[in-house]
Amino acid sequence: MFREVVSQFRRPVMLYSIGKDSSVLLHLARKAFHPGPVPFPLLHIDTTWKFKEMIEFRDRICAELGLELLVHSNPEGLAAQINPFDHGSQTYTDIMKTDALKQALTQGNHDAAFGGARRDEERSRAKERIFSFRDANHRWDPKRQRPELWNLYNGKVSDGESIRVFPISNWTELDVWHYIHLEKIEIVPLYLAAPRPIVERDKNLIMVDDARFPLTPREQPRTRWVRFRTLGCYPLSGAIESMASTVPEVIQEMLLDRHSERQGRIIDHDQLASMEEKKREGYF
Amino acid sequence: MFERDPLIESDIAAYLDQRIQKDLVRFITCGSVDDGKSTLIGRLLHDSQLIADDHLETLKADSQLGVGNGDIDFSLVTDGLKAEREQGITIDVAYRYFATRHRNFIIADTPGHEQYTRNMATGASTADLAVILVDARKGVVQQTRRHSYIAVLLGVKHLVIAVNKMDLVDYSEDQFLEIIADYNKHSANLGIGSLEYIPISALHGDNVVEASAAMPWFSGQPLIDYLNAVNVTEPAKAVEFRLPIQLVLRSHADFRGYAGSITSGQVRPGDRVTALPSGISSTVERIVTFNGDLKVASAGDAVTLTLGDEIDMSRGDLLVKENGKVEFDASVEAMIIWMDEKPLALGEQLILQSHHGTANVTVDAIRYLLDVNTGKEAKTAVLQLNDIAHCAISADRKMLFESYETNRAGGSFILIDRVRNSTVAAGMISGPVSPWDQTPKDSLEVQASTIAAGERQIRYRQHPCTILLTGLTGAGKSTLATALERCLFDRGNSIVRLDGENVRLGISKDLGFTAVDRSENLRRVAEIAHLMNSQGLIAIAALVAPQANARARAQQLVGADQWIEVFLDTPLAVCRDRDTTGLYEAAERGDIEEFPGVSAAYEAPEDADLRLDTAGMTVDQCVNAIVELLIEKGFVDG
Repeated sequence: MFREVVSQFRRPVMLYSIGKDSSVLLHLARKAFHPGPVPFPLLHIDTTWKFKEMIEFRDRICAELGLELLVHSNPEGLAAQINPFDHGSQTYTDIMKTDALKQALTQGNHDAAFGGARRDEERSRAKERIFSFRDANHRWDPKRQRPELWNLYNGKVSDGESIRVFPISNWTELDVWHYIHLEKIEIVPLYLAAPRPIVERDKNLIMVDDARFPLTPREQPRTRWVRFRTLGCYPLSGAIESMASTVPEVIQEMLLDRHSERQGRIIDHDQLASMEEKKREGYF
Repeated sequence: MFERDPLIESDIAAYLDQRIQKDLVRFITCGSVDDGKSTLIGRLLHDSQLIADDHLETLKADSQLGVGNGDIDFSLVTDGLKAEREQGITIDVAYRYFATRHRNFIIADTPGHEQYTRNMATGASTADLAVILVDARKGVVQQTRRHSYIAVLLGVKHLVIAVNKMDLVDYSEDQFLEIIADYNKHSANLGIGSLEYIPISALHGDNVVEASAAMPWFSGQPLIDYLNAVNVTEPAKAVEFRLPIQLVLRSHADFRGYAGSITSGQVRPGDRVTALPSGISSTVERIVTFNGDLKVASAGDAVTLTLGDEIDMSRGDLLVKENGKVEFDASVEAMIIWMDEKPLALGEQLILQSHHGTANVTVDAIRYLLDVNTGKEAKTAVLQLNDIAHCAISADRKMLFESYETNRAGGSFILIDRVRNSTVAAGMISGPVSPWDQTPKDSLEVQASTIAAGERQIRYRQHPCTILLTGLTGAGKSTLATALERCLFDRGNSIVRLDGENVRLGISKDLGFTAVDRSENLRRVAEIAHLMNSQGLIAIAALVAPQANARARAQQLVGADQWIEVFLDTPLAVCRDRDTTGLYEAAERGDIEEFPGVSAAYEAPEDADLRLDTAGMTVDQCVNAIVELLIEKGFVDG
């Protein structure tokens, strides 16, 4: 898949969210071009609200592997001091993630962008293509998606248009974890349980990662053993209580648990089929 | 939310080790709108305990919004896009994932609407197996046949007919058996690899995961047990090594790696391989991967090979085992599925993309349109969305290809609109364009004679025609042809005799006796006869010509009004007795393959101009009958 994209496109880029799916994606890319280097840059959309450990991890991995890293934040969003506390998760996500991503892709003139989305994550993604067509405004139009037969992927685009490529589209969450285990892929330690400072809001366990967290007078961070199933911006990522501190333990806990992966993501609860709306807008 | 395996709790490491061994089976589900397909999938996921608690809660909420009456509406599990959900229908292919203790599964959920052939073809293109739903109350309907036809066309080997809603026919065995009989009748000629019938109730779960208590008469397996057990590995015969080159990796000055995914067969260091189309051979040095060099790599593996020699290869080229052969031609015959709103325009420039690169192509001719409901062929000048047709395609360069039947990867392609970049069709190659259909080079022109046909008729006192004597070996074709030639010659006519055997000594000495070669031999004879006719001569052609289709093409080539087909209708036993050269015995021993009457069919002409039973007639009687016909038709004078 990676080789196919590098052959078919002029300026591919890999969207790197620092999450476990991104780590798997990066690993696959390295394998595809071994013994050569990864022939495209990584793009990280930095909302400035990511966990500190994520940023450290990102910088260390890119330095160790000699990868080209592009980091973009929405300058207007920064100027307006958009944050998840004052503006709500919806507005914040639109501006700091979706808009920022569009800006970066347009500025970089990228005709293909790898992403780590999987069809099993959410109902509306079940129909997503592996090569997902985006118009010049980065919008996803269900009518213009191309039929995908066999493993022949049509990567033809006009100027400004692009393709989002999802190489692990057909993987399940278990596949991803299993692969991380088998290939000993390094992931951000936040995925493993450890004592962390936590406050509880609307039944979500939120980690107080820095001093920007506006604690109410009655809130007092408490140290609890937690891990994260998905990682994003710390104020929007709900943790779960856990003692699973190794990858096999995480897998074990996941298999015995009956909650789906995205449950900790606050944006999902906003509305029914919320992902689909976001996809149309250009969010991953 | 995954399978329940006691090992998960007791020994996670052992569970993970075991999980590596699981294979992956991909299947499609197809059915008409109300056959309960979505319900079946929802049921499969639910009963296999694969729906997470929070999804289940959303589901319960959604069930209340829609048709719900308190029960969970399982069909909502698989319905994705909002607009579709509001209409209560699914309109695209959705992929679902689940696992049992034995296997991992990917379901392609494809809708059953009249207009969505393309979605089903998309789902079927990567499927090992198809589950076709039939409503027990309605039985086999047109869509059932369509779904079966498309599945087989796309190369799906295993079909399961799930007779659903058995609860609504009181779990009647008779009803089930009737549907089996009906389906068997309709599917007899489809070429289905394996076929299984299972009576189910998706709504209540009968025979989905658990055997049904309501149908004790059913001795087969529930659906999930069948899915766990069915063997979907390809038979070993079609597995010659193939590696389409995606990319040539030159990471540093002395590393040149040929990267791609192996589509069939195996390769080991030391194997001799040939690069196509160049035909240059070399030896595999290393199979390079990130996790270390491999001793062997096989179909599905993404690898990088280094070779003993520097071979100039680029994207789209193919590595095969030494001296392996793959077709290389600029024109192909293919079945295509038109997937675009805009109809196909013959001659329009399109881009063909396959595992062997891209080429600019045009669809030159639509041979026939396939009616997927009946399997019948029809004539058409245009292809609309969801039409399936057999077409001739020509490219601006030669392309590597194989027939889809022998190699799914080597025989599949997509067609892309050059302006809109959209994928407009999917195609499955049947083979190179047959010589009957090839069009001569544009630069060629007919060099006309100054002698008019009328002048020749006056000189020769005859109207030219071609007489084909067709029949089994030993029917007396050569004897009759010689006698007829003598008779016409003595009557003052000008003739040329083209005996199949004589032709094979010269102009067709490159041909064997396969169906393809026999057809080509007849074509060459027909071309010669046509040239002779245009010079005013009568041609007598004596050939077995066992294929009705090839005879029809020959008639077309020569011209129907100049064509006389004489069928030497002699019983096989008589032919066999007359045979002094031992051909029949050799054929029966298997020394000669595809021998008409023994190991290949002789398709007797149904509307020959003349039928002669040479067992009951003398040679003279036969000659006279033919001459009388020639006089009657005005080709020769009485």
